[in-house]
Amino acid sequence: MSGTPLVLADPPGPRGRQRILLGSIVAAAVFAGLVALALTRLADKGQLDGELWRVFLDQPALRTLLWKGLLATLRAAATGMVLAVALGLLLALGQMSKRRAVRLPATAVVELLRSLPVLMLILFAYLGLPALGWQVSTFWALVLGLTAYNGAVLSEIFRAGVGAIDRGQTEAAAALGLRPLQIFRLVQLPQAVRRMSPTLVSQLVTLLKDTSLGFVIAYSELLRSGRGAVEFLGSDYALPIYTVMALMYIVTNGLLSLLARWLDRRQSRRLGTGHAALVLDTAAGPDGRPPAQP
Amino acid sequence: MTARRGGGTTARGRPPAASPVSVPAPSRGPEASRLPAACRRAERPERPEELAIDAVFDNLDIFAEGLRRTVELSLFAAVAALIGGTLLATMRVGPVPPLRWAGTAYVEIVRNTPLTVVFFFVVFVLPRLDIVFSYFTFAVLALSIYHAALVCEAVRSGINGVDVGQAEAARALGLTFGQNFRLVLLPQALRAVLQPLGSVLSALIRNTSIAAAFGVQELTGVVQRLTTANPDAVIAVLLGGVVGYLILTLTLAVGLAITERRLERTR
Repeated sequence: MSGTPLVLADPPGPRGRQRILLGSIVAAAVFAGLVALALTRLADKGQLDGELWRVFLDQPALRTLLWKGLLATLRAAATGMVLAVALGLLLALGQMSKRRAVRLPATAVVELLRSLPVLMLILFAYLGLPALGWQVSTFWALVLGLTAYNGAVLSEIFRAGVGAIDRGQTEAAAALGLRPLQIFRLVQLPQAVRRMSPTLVSQLVTLLKDTSLGFVIAYSELLRSGRGAVEFLGSDYALPIYTVMALMYIVTNGLLSLLARWLDRRQSRRLGTGHAALVLDTAAGPDGRPPAQP
Repeated sequence: MTARRGGGTTARGRPPAASPVSVPAPSRGPEASRLPAACRRAERPERPEELAIDAVFDNLDIFAEGLRRTVELSLFAAVAALIGGTLLATMRVGPVPPLRWAGTAYVEIVRNTPLTVVFFFVVFVLPRLDIVFSYFTFAVLALSIYHAALVCEAVRSGINGVDVGQAEAARALGLTFGQNFRLVLLPQALRAVLQPLGSVLSALIRNTSIAAAFGVQELTGVVQRLTTANPDAVIAVLLGGVVGYLILTLTLAVGLAITERRLERTR
């Protein structure tokens, strides 16, 4: 990204620099104007009153509530991540199986789950499973829905990662007498995970964000806690509470990305390989969908 | 705002908070009786299992209505998100620092915020500022805000994917930033961007389902309503919804494949 502007245009000469400066000033002025407009509008409606925003200091119960909500969110996300990775590995193995009877159903399942809204899958777990005589709590309904969808997407990510590995690796492992499962576990998977780690992480961030759908089925995670607080305290508090809620999500997701980057760096240092060059651009996988492998 | 909660009680998808374990039975009774006559069969709970699928066929028109709503949401939001995302991508690769910063800030903030939270801001905070639209418009707005960031990242990855030599050659020919971007980079980037953009659009279609929780009776909302009205045919109704979404996502996939092949040919 950093080099792009230079690629797109010559290093600006004096006149170009002037124009860029002018553009910067105009843009900054426009943004400042927009922000000022928004702020005056908010202030006019009394949304910026100190007492509204002091609610976090005044109401210890609110802090506890949001904190508990965050913990519930993290619990659902962590459980979902573990299960989704497990399901993803299983499905990836199935999709790469040499046996048709395994490969076709696995592929069908992945394609089906991937093309449905997560909310539908959560509703399936929440409404459908009880109809089949299997009672599930809201927590498990949410986790199962998230697992089903993300397991399928992770399977595609693993598969794309394995597909990008040099064939010589697999062949060498086979020549050493490893069984297919051993090849997958010892040779393909570690390389695939490292190669796909940005995509993997952005998918896990998606999973964490999607826990917010728990509010639809009344699982009291962060979002529902915040909503409950607003209903209790009055809708005047919508802006402060939702803003803090959004910040909590952003910070949590940011920490997740940081953690992943740290792990990645530690690993590449230990292995001493310049694999960073191989890592695919995260941006290629919006919503965590794996970039297509050629 | 509490007053605004009407309208979409069932759509809001709040099964009675008292019973966290959902049993499509007595607790839902009052809700079901409030439902419009549109949900036929509600008054016939005893249905042989093999006829459960009737709950889908009897309500095919309601499903179709929901599907149409989903398509409308997707189309409006897709157009807005494509325009907004391309603008953002232009800002992020352009030479003007404040635009670049603003674009980056927008994408990083929105990308790390759940779509549901974006909906919260749009649906519950905007009315506090006397900005009031219909639930449908709110939903389109929230979906566009969220997916513009994803489109931006897809387009940017496409731009970054274009061979550096192309841009350098264009510069050597004396093209300005604007010409370079418009005539050389964007056409190539669009080709490279088709696949990631396709998955953004697919995500957009699937994410319209969240609008069900905010008062829009699209496909998921319809499914929720019909499962409430037909407690004996929950699975059948859910499968009906699945088929609806499959129709949409498969259509998109086929459309993309055709476009891709056509672009391949013109190259």
